[in-house]
Amino acid sequence: MAGFDKRVYSYEEALAGLEDGMTVIAGGFGLCGIPENLIAEIKRKGTRQLTVVSNNCGVDGFGLGVLLTDRQISKVVASYVGENKLFEEQLLNGEIEVILTPQGTLAEKMRAGGAGIPAFFTATGVGTPVADGKEVREFKGRKYLMEESITGDFAIVKGWKADHFGNVVYRHTAQNFNPLAATAGKITVVEVEEIVEPGELDPTQIHTPGIYVDRVICGTFEKRIEQRTIRK
Amino acid sequence: MALSREQMAQRVARELQDGFYVNLGIGIPTLVANYIPDGMEVMLQSENGLLGMGAFPTDDEVDADMINAGKQTVTARIGASIFSSAESFAMIRGGHIDLTVLGAFEVDVEGNIASWMIPGKLVKGMGGAMDLVAGADNIIVTMTHASKDGESKLLPRCSLPLTGAGCIKRVLTDLAYLEIENGTFILKERAPGVSVEEIVAKTAGKLIVPDHVPEMQFAAQ
Repeated sequence: MAGFDKRVYSYEEALAGLEDGMTVIAGGFGLCGIPENLIAEIKRKGTRQLTVVSNNCGVDGFGLGVLLTDRQISKVVASYVGENKLFEEQLLNGEIEVILTPQGTLAEKMRAGGAGIPAFFTATGVGTPVADGKEVREFKGRKYLMEESITGDFAIVKGWKADHFGNVVYRHTAQNFNPLAATAGKITVVEVEEIVEPGELDPTQIHTPGIYVDRVICGTFEKRIEQRTIRK
Repeated sequence: MALSREQMAQRVARELQDGFYVNLGIGIPTLVANYIPDGMEVMLQSENGLLGMGAFPTDDEVDADMINAGKQTVTARIGASIFSSAESFAMIRGGHIDLTVLGAFEVDVEGNIASWMIPGKLVKGMGGAMDLVAGADNIIVTMTHASKDGESKLLPRCSLPLTGAGCIKRVLTDLAYLEIENGTFILKERAPGVSVEEIVAKTAGKLIVPDHVPEMQFAAQ
């Protein structure tokens, strides 16, 4: 009996059921807190025509950027897609569709999706190209856009520590979109640096409660730095 | 003389107040952090989920899990908190940030701002800029007054796709500090040695020039 034991022991098992044409929601901001091994597994698996929802789309050769090499992504929902030549090329060729979404709206779309809220109103984007085709409604004299929430067939998440119940803690700013993505997947897979013994995580300090998590896997991470800035 | 990037940051820093929570955009706004007056406490918000951004780390302190919204490695100061992107934008959209400073390509007399997209050129995305301008009451835009060819960026109507509509009230350019009110720019201060005539010539949008336009003062470096 597996009960609440959500551990899996191979990346193949972690992404079992991922098929062509599915929507994958990924945590991470830039290259910080990205589920790098789960992304690598999608590349290995060769799943195609994916819709990827993520704040960014990696860089050339790392992060979600590796899925561009074999043209596995057909649509991206993101707030910023710079720092990636191959991406630009596929965008200009029309091989990839991009829905640019304000960062806060993207975060809220995931949060709302996971919370069973189909849409919400926000002032962000009113009067801009983001508002095209969207319902605008006035509340207390101010205009707001209706934005629909997002859910995914899979959510891929990078945590710091988890227990076998799927309770997850994130480390520093590697938290970012991860806890939101975690709530919005039909199947949520979390890869972590360490799986700790039951009872070791303080229940008051859990970022993602295990109820959102279907599979947990322990991995090793490169954690590439985009801009190494230091003081003397 | 037009203001240097450092002087622009210094001028913006005069708008800081003790106890302010501040979001600084990429570029000149980031430099404002170097000019927080001694004895004043300000918390810097970075929209990737950090309130209380500290200095850059030393070589030993560098941590891939500790970055700012510009993806630079940073530290957290004492009193900092770290949270998810949804929480981060809840504080931005909920109007909890006391001052937002960001760059722009164009602003106009209606307080519209265009800062993220030039049609025909590759569009990389708006990041958090649309959320920041929609959520903040107190925004300072930092930008050059005119393009290299001398074309005004302070317009009757933005020509580029907007980042936000009717949300900008204060602009600091390399030539002047201006406010926007009732469909017009109001010239408040000029850069040292820059004439009112030059500013008028380089402002395409309607501009009110008061009788006296003080010159900004900067301490010798």
